[in-house]
Amino acid sequence: MKIKVLGSNCVKCDNLLKNTRQAVEQLGLGIEVNKEIELDKIVSYGVMTIPALVINEKVVSVGKALAVDKIIELIKAAE
Amino acid sequence: MDWTREWKKLLLIAVIFLAAYFMPVETSRFQNAVLEAFQLVRWYAREHVLLCLIPAFFIAGAIAVFVNQASVMKYLGAQAKKVVAYGVASVSGSVLAVCSCTVLPLFSGIYKMGAGLGPAVAFLYAGPAVNVLAIILTARVLGLELGVARAIGAVVFSVVIGVLMQLIFRKEETERQNVQMAMPESGEGRSLWQNGLYFLTLAGILIFANWAKPAQDSGVWHTIYQMKWLITGIFSVGLGAILTTWFKVKWWKLLMAAVPIAILAFVLPSQPVFAFSAGVIGLSVVLMRGEDEEREWLDSTWDFAKQILPLLLFGVLIAGLLLGRVGKEGLIPSEWIYSAVGGNGLLANFFASFAGAFMYFATLTEVPILQGLIGNGMGKGPALALLLAGPALSLPNMLVIRSVMGTKKTIVFVSLVIVMATISGYIFGLITL
Repeated sequence: MKIKVLGSNCVKCDNLLKNTRQAVEQLGLGIEVNKEIELDKIVSYGVMTIPALVINEKVVSVGKALAVDKIIELIKAAE
Repeated sequence: MDWTREWKKLLLIAVIFLAAYFMPVETSRFQNAVLEAFQLVRWYAREHVLLCLIPAFFIAGAIAVFVNQASVMKYLGAQAKKVVAYGVASVSGSVLAVCSCTVLPLFSGIYKMGAGLGPAVAFLYAGPAVNVLAIILTARVLGLELGVARAIGAVVFSVVIGVLMQLIFRKEETERQNVQMAMPESGEGRSLWQNGLYFLTLAGILIFANWAKPAQDSGVWHTIYQMKWLITGIFSVGLGAILTTWFKVKWWKLLMAAVPIAILAFVLPSQPVFAFSAGVIGLSVVLMRGEDEEREWLDSTWDFAKQILPLLLFGVLIAGLLLGRVGKEGLIPSEWIYSAVGGNGLLANFFASFAGAFMYFATLTEVPILQGLIGNGMGKGPALALLLAGPALSLPNMLVIRSVMGTKKTIVFVSLVIVMATISGYIFGLITL
């Protein structure tokens, strides 16, 4: 499983990254979550509202700093 | 220790040290400037925060949560009609670009997978100027005239600049990326007029709570001024009705929130600020304990407040220190400012737009800075020129724009903005003289 956060240095983006890392840790997935800040790459996902959450190269959430339990739900749904 | 990286911090500390070492504390100009800075901060705190900024944050938060972005973006897609795309791009900044950090991704999205270069540039240019918070604060602090001129100027010139860019680079058809736009899910099913009415009540509270005392003691404006709290109250009751019927907030919660407001309004009718504050607190508590949608509204409102208030405090302090209040002097002598951007010469307008284009203004800080400049003799024309060129551009965001559309287009875009801002400032100066 590959999980990525698309975003810049905005507050919401950092919150999503933090919450996603926490969700991954709670699930014990043992994978690393990184933030993609390059605009070209972000747009290539079709995303124009940051932050966005990408699981296995699929955009699952746009423009929201999701809470930890919501992210866990999304990860489970993607499995 | 990695000294190739540490030197930046060392340099910063050295600069601060030298500034502190040679600080001219005993000179009267310096002491005055410090005093001016605090005076200005107090003036903002008393005049603008409670009645103006806080409702504005609630409005910006509501826009971020309740406006369906997908419905706006479909007019900016690859298949959109050109005329419509330009029109929507120039005004949609008011609902899409509520935060400066969202402008650039939207810009590169419109450019690469949407309506193309022209509309993307129009959006990029107009976004910061038509965003709600910017218009509200500009009109409130710098006057309605300049606020309106800023919004209209930005919309008109964004279309002109967009069309010009498209014409200049018409030969280079950019290859579109063929990806599906990913849009945030839309809100609950409320119709357009319901949402419209909801935003109207919010705007009504903001406008009438801030109704300024007119110069004459009679006439329509004065009557409205005398009744402003009654009208604000009626709008607040309307907001409560909307919240219970369409947002399904429990009526008894709103009633509990309304009790302290009513008590304060009757006990301290001469100090409506108390009742107003009670209203803000009551609304926040109701939203906090509400369903998903209400909580999201409060969250995004709080996000705006958290992001913008520290920047604004810092901006006001710096502006007060350097420029002082209206009619007073800060660290920079008034003659310098007057000789650079005083009056309404072409050169003054050019200087204002050129400096504005490269300078970085954190969200909304352009307002106190401009207020200081005007107080020191800056003409109205150059002020508008700076407002039109400033917030849309800065050195750091030019670098990002360059990475999206290349060096040549960026240079042409920046030159167009500076030229247009100079001309429109000049014309505005002539009209308002």
